[in-house]
Amino acid sequence: MTDVLTPVLTDNWGTDRSWTLAAYEDRGGYAGLRKALAMAPPDVVEIVKGSNLRGRGGAGFPTGMKWGFIPQDNPNPKYLVVNADESEPGTCKDIPLMMASPHTLVEGVIISSYAIRANTAFIYVRGEVLHVIRRLQRAVQEAYLAGHLGKDIHGSGYDLDLIVHAGAGAYICGEETALLDSLEGRRGQPRLRPPFPAVAGLYASPTVINNVESIASVPSIMDRGAEWFSAMGTEKSKGFGIFSLSGHVANPGQFEAPLGITLRKLIELAGGMRDGHELKFWTPGGSSTPLLTAEHLDVPLDFEGVGAAGSMLGTRALQIFDETTCVVRAVLRWTEFYKHESCGKCTPCREGTWWLAQTLARLEQGHGSEADLDLLLDQCDNILGRSFCALGDGATSPISSSIAYFRDEYLAHFTHGGCPFDRQASTIFAKVEAHA
Amino acid sequence: MTTTPERTPEKSKETAPEKSDEVTLTIDGVEVSVPRNTLVIRAAERIGVQIPRFCDHPLLAPVGACRQCLVEVPDAGNGRPIPKPQASCTLTVAEGMVVNTQATSPVADKAQQGIMEFLLINHPLDCPVCDKGGECPLQNQAMSNGRGETRFTESKRVYPKPINISAQVLLDRERCVLCARCTRFSEQIAGDPFIALIERGALQQVGIYEKEPFESYFSGNTIQICPVGALTSSSYRFRSRPFDLVSTSSVAELDACGSAIRVDHRRGKVMRRLAGDDPEVNEEWITDKDRFAFSYATLEDRLTYPMVRDEETGELRAASWPEAFLVAARGLAAAREAGGVGVLTGGRLTAEDSYAYSKFARVVLGTNDIDFRARSHSAEEAEFLAANVVLGGPGSDPVTYADLESARSVVMVGLEPEDEAGTIFLRLRKTARGRHLPIYSIAPFTSRGLHKMSGTLIPTRPGDEAAALDALVNDGTVALDSGGLLLVGERTASVPGALAAVARLAATTGARIAWIPRRAGDRGALESGALPNLLPGGRPVADASARVDLATAWGVEHLPDTPGRDGAAIVAAAAAGELGGLVVAGVDPADLPDPVLARQAIEAADFIVSLEVRASEVTRAADVVFPVAPVTDRSGTFVNWEGRVRQFGKALHKPNSLPDLRVLSGIAEELGITLGFRTPEQVWAEMTQVGPWDGARAVFDHDVSDPGITLAEPGSSHADGSLVLASWKQLIDDGRMQDGADDMRLTARKPVVLVAADTLAELGATVGDTVILAGPLGSLELPIGVADLAAGTVWAPASAPGASVRHLVGPAGCAVTITGGAR
Repeated sequence: MTDVLTPVLTDNWGTDRSWTLAAYEDRGGYAGLRKALAMAPPDVVEIVKGSNLRGRGGAGFPTGMKWGFIPQDNPNPKYLVVNADESEPGTCKDIPLMMASPHTLVEGVIISSYAIRANTAFIYVRGEVLHVIRRLQRAVQEAYLAGHLGKDIHGSGYDLDLIVHAGAGAYICGEETALLDSLEGRRGQPRLRPPFPAVAGLYASPTVINNVESIASVPSIMDRGAEWFSAMGTEKSKGFGIFSLSGHVANPGQFEAPLGITLRKLIELAGGMRDGHELKFWTPGGSSTPLLTAEHLDVPLDFEGVGAAGSMLGTRALQIFDETTCVVRAVLRWTEFYKHESCGKCTPCREGTWWLAQTLARLEQGHGSEADLDLLLDQCDNILGRSFCALGDGATSPISSSIAYFRDEYLAHFTHGGCPFDRQASTIFAKVEAHA
Repeated sequence: MTTTPERTPEKSKETAPEKSDEVTLTIDGVEVSVPRNTLVIRAAERIGVQIPRFCDHPLLAPVGACRQCLVEVPDAGNGRPIPKPQASCTLTVAEGMVVNTQATSPVADKAQQGIMEFLLINHPLDCPVCDKGGECPLQNQAMSNGRGETRFTESKRVYPKPINISAQVLLDRERCVLCARCTRFSEQIAGDPFIALIERGALQQVGIYEKEPFESYFSGNTIQICPVGALTSSSYRFRSRPFDLVSTSSVAELDACGSAIRVDHRRGKVMRRLAGDDPEVNEEWITDKDRFAFSYATLEDRLTYPMVRDEETGELRAASWPEAFLVAARGLAAAREAGGVGVLTGGRLTAEDSYAYSKFARVVLGTNDIDFRARSHSAEEAEFLAANVVLGGPGSDPVTYADLESARSVVMVGLEPEDEAGTIFLRLRKTARGRHLPIYSIAPFTSRGLHKMSGTLIPTRPGDEAAALDALVNDGTVALDSGGLLLVGERTASVPGALAAVARLAATTGARIAWIPRRAGDRGALESGALPNLLPGGRPVADASARVDLATAWGVEHLPDTPGRDGAAIVAAAAAGELGGLVVAGVDPADLPDPVLARQAIEAADFIVSLEVRASEVTRAADVVFPVAPVTDRSGTFVNWEGRVRQFGKALHKPNSLPDLRVLSGIAEELGITLGFRTPEQVWAEMTQVGPWDGARAVFDHDVSDPGITLAEPGSSHADGSLVLASWKQLIDDGRMQDGADDMRLTARKPVVLVAADTLAELGATVGDTVILAGPLGSLELPIGVADLAAGTVWAPASAPGASVRHLVGPAGCAVTITGGAR
């Protein structure tokens, strides 16, 4: 098992009081920072470019290249903003990371800010996770006291202020430009691009926005080298990542492994499926990525592999559903989420999710016909690629993929006059009942 | 649908775009060249393809929210297609780009139909009772780019409807398509972000902060640009159907901006007014006053027949037109012999009417005692106008709206454009936002309007304006030069020496002067010679050759050769019994520099002929009253502050509603004098024939040591604790032409007396306390507020509905006291 897993970010999670500066430094923390400060900022960018680290927020854009887009001749201040608004259904990697080892992120922020010559950085963290916010705030305070943050960091002449900002609980604020609006004190809605944040982001200044896991990966790259990092993973998807398994597996949780691992291996690591059940469908990267099924167990979980299977790697939020789950019901729940979280700015997402949720609710109750599936798919077709940002696109993924794989199950609702599944059977209580 | 206004290229000061600034692309197989940075949606208009749209508006920043304008882009100009349909309202053109709209692309067509379907699922089917029905972009585009049948069988989102977001504007949230035109207008154009989108998803809606409703001077524009019936006005809601209305292009008569408007009427009654589309003047915006204040002409006190004072009863009685003409003629003939007749024309007349009064005074009454200035004025001002303003000023390169956009800097004095010239305010704000035009205001405090223009205050106590102007000569920050503009409000006339300082500053720095009066007829009256020192066409009374020139044109032997009395002197002479009579057009005695004396003059005058639209203080005291036509009932011309000629046609056909000029010609005929015109068109022809004076113009050499009017001593607080009152009229106030626009009046700014923080502390008051503001005319209770006023200065609105400081306390510049502080 240890051969498969590559604990780097998760390596110190088990240590006593892992979130403290002392515990972090005991295990060699902030070594990457010292190395970085000894280099020129462009060299740090080069190392990250050389590592082939790709954005861990889902889109997989090369992190070093993103940093390179920052126009260094722009007279405005530069900013680093960490997107810690982890809200994608099924995704639970950033929050445990910040909970267990906030200093990994803080160190990453300092190195990354240094690389892009930002003197102010922000961590925009989801407002609901109060405990995580407190840990982050404490970690930042400790870093200031230890001289990792503030003026003239470790005598390098480099100044950095890091601000932990709590969002107010909107999924859309995970979209980077909506996040910027929210951070500026406005209502979080995505911005028109261009201008891109690299040119005019926070306060109309050059801004890099990275996911927590991307930034948290930077200290280890600085410490152990770009080659060490790029030796892991697959040809175009280098390095490691946290895979979050939830749902009908025996031991749900975070598994840190090189990109390219398969779900078959991960389920094995998670102790297999729930006793006596088998895999029915799963999401590779949260609910916004099209569903996959048991036939995709051996798809390599990297950007290219999942893409080739018709889905997206996304945030590696693997929600596992066994055969007791009604796919229509699961999709309806997700759709209700998107309807609730649509920001309202653009028509297709705002009105489309409103309509999709109503149509699906009707179908789930057995009121409908096969023609309604075509209607649903047509609604999805009118949203996908027509909305202002990716939220609308994501809302259609579970619907169109579930109809592709489970059309018969939809039809069964009509012939059965409602959901043919035993709702209890898919719950965690079901097992208790079965054994009682 | 709101499409891009056509701009007339020859008037634009911009040079024609170079060929290299053009980009050539192919839309629906048609090659078209457009300027760089043009949006695809506009480029498509060039080839006659109307891409449906809601959020897009040519005068607002692109937002790409409604997604209705999706097009297919098979080649982005780099040889590669853009995989998803693109919003053409946010996509700029690129060389070699290929765009396929709904006209040629099934993908674009389906995308647009899909969006339209989404917009309609939550849109109520209340078109039959919706104000917008018949002129609704959603309705129209649903027909042109939507499906005939709905596939939506589920539940629509419902809200209580409508809700007031101000007394004037109603919001129906069910109808709203959330295009954000209204909120973007309020933020980007008016600078009054009192409305904003709130909530999210399908529950997103336009909202207000309940303590600060949508009380913007420009709120009505949001109703007009709303692409659905979500925003309606409380005064027009359910009043008529668009297809029953007859529309007439006209010009707003409520300020000197010359804004284009559209008057919509039905069966001889004006139902509403909309902003006209004039890129060179008001773009597509008007103030709420221009839009909503039109019922004054149809109130119960509208005069509809002539009246003469009965010799036996002493009361006014109805008379026939011939009788009234005869009585007026006889009375004026007698008055002409008994001391002469003064003519007060006010600032609301068309240029043709002013010209008629001007000619009537000179030819029939044999006097230069004529003045249009129904407000504070001075001999200095008359000379300034004659030397620097009439005919566009010396050199005749009159300042225009376009110049406001291209100026290097702007200095305002005696002018609060948001209150006094809304269109200028919007244009200045646009330029300040767009290219950071530096704007300076010589004013007592940083008003909200100045703040919204990101302007800089040159703090000046009332009375110190001349010194402030003189100080600018060497001011390196303001750095006035030939690219600078001096916007001079009419209030500057009340400060002795200020206009002389303006002229000096312009002469020294090369900055150009624009005189901004408040009323629509002011500039036309100036050009028509309704002044004691000027004849029509800018001919100076004092210039014998100018008099001869005009006398020849008019076919009279001679014209009165001494400059006449100005308005204040006419009033004083009438009050003293020196004048035999008065001819008064639409003048409210309360507007005159000394309202008390004005009322005495009206009482004292032996013979008054009043030409009015509605019963007034003057008509009640007059000996002959002629009803005259409001602007809806006649054609005519206003000359706006630029000197731009703004002609308008007759909206309503009311045979018995005659313009002033027809009345004057009738009176003249009774005296055996032919004025030579009976219609506005005839007057305009004569004005054109008489033409502008091409001889030497009057020289401004006013002796500024003559104070003309008495002001409070400038300086800090008086020994008796009194303060100097700074004051001007607010846009929405108690003006007679706003009578009947009750909903609009409810959105007026609440009157408040503003003091400096130090003064507030001295009074022991806190913001919001009610205090008593007392001045020469009396006192008024007002809430107190704080602003960056100089010590010893206090500001209160000259006029506000129900609390007119001008009439109850005193005029701007007078000494006032503040007492109290108790709640």
